[in-house]
Amino acid sequence: MGWLHNRFEENFIVTSVDWALNWARQSSIWPMTFGLACCAIEMMAAGASRFDLDRFGAGAFRATPRQSDLMIVAGTVTFKMASLIKRLYQQMPEPRYVMAMGACTCGGGPYFKYGYHVVKGVDLVVPVDVYVPGCPPRPESLIEGLLRLQDKMRQETIAKKA
Amino acid sequence: MTPQEIGDILKTQFPDAVAAVTPDGHHPCVTIAAERWHDVALFLRDDPRLRLNMLRCISGLDLHPEPKIELVYELIAMQPGGEHGLWKADSTLAVRVAVPRDGGRVASVADVWPAADWHERETYDLVGVTFDNHPDPRRILCPDDWVGHPLRKDYVFPTEYEGIPVAGNELRIASSE
Repeated sequence: MGWLHNRFEENFIVTSVDWALNWARQSSIWPMTFGLACCAIEMMAAGASRFDLDRFGAGAFRATPRQSDLMIVAGTVTFKMASLIKRLYQQMPEPRYVMAMGACTCGGGPYFKYGYHVVKGVDLVVPVDVYVPGCPPRPESLIEGLLRLQDKMRQETIAKKA
Repeated sequence: MTPQEIGDILKTQFPDAVAAVTPDGHHPCVTIAAERWHDVALFLRDDPRLRLNMLRCISGLDLHPEPKIELVYELIAMQPGGEHGLWKADSTLAVRVAVPRDGGRVASVADVWPAADWHERETYDLVGVTFDNHPDPRRILCPDDWVGHPLRKDYVFPTEYEGIPVAGNELRIASSE
């Protein structure tokens, strides 16, 4: 993860700093403006006023990987797109997170058996933190995935691993 | 104009090129010899009686195990005078052109109907027919370095592409067992 992680001895100050850092991080997960297929429409709906991702601090969709913390891979990942996804992921600053949204990105979806052109899960290309299944998942599911990602962020620490 | 009338005009104009006229059924079509297709295409577009000025689609049919790939060109004659100031379709026709499965070549009609440009690239990409004199003869959907033409009936999936496994079935089922 980031340069701060897993560097310090466990003590009271570390736990407090942990809490503050994790609170700040989980309250401002800026996703990347990045849609590949129909799931992106649901992602837009989740960001719009009815579902409002901004309630969780995740409504600021950044137009560049260098300003974003979270890549929501929304839609079918083709082999032509896979190398670009890898490059975008590598351009994101750490700590960075990936959410696989929809059946196609989770494991190939309807293209699993006969799709010659679809990557059978984006986890074959970049590491995935949260999987949100569905075809497409409703905005509530995406928000649920975001909350699970916040749970994951709460577990992070700057203390050395035992 | 009915497909039968168009077929008759073509037969008098190109007696050597028209292999068959099928005016009945739900998909009336004319079968044209591949080597005369470009001349026939220009005639279909420019003849004042026909004016088939719009190409709607090109399909490539792999007739495996028959060693033949058939190209189906959907043509339509649009002209002003429809309702609400829109254009209306006067007559439609499908043209079938058969080429050999291995090394099949046919003249590009991208200079006749500009819509053919991307359709021919897709046909080349997926079923592997080469279009002569195409302005931009690259693949369009698959990556540029893809091997083979995926919609051929005897297409064999690659095992991986740029280090990413392709065959999902074997991959996931093998790892779960």
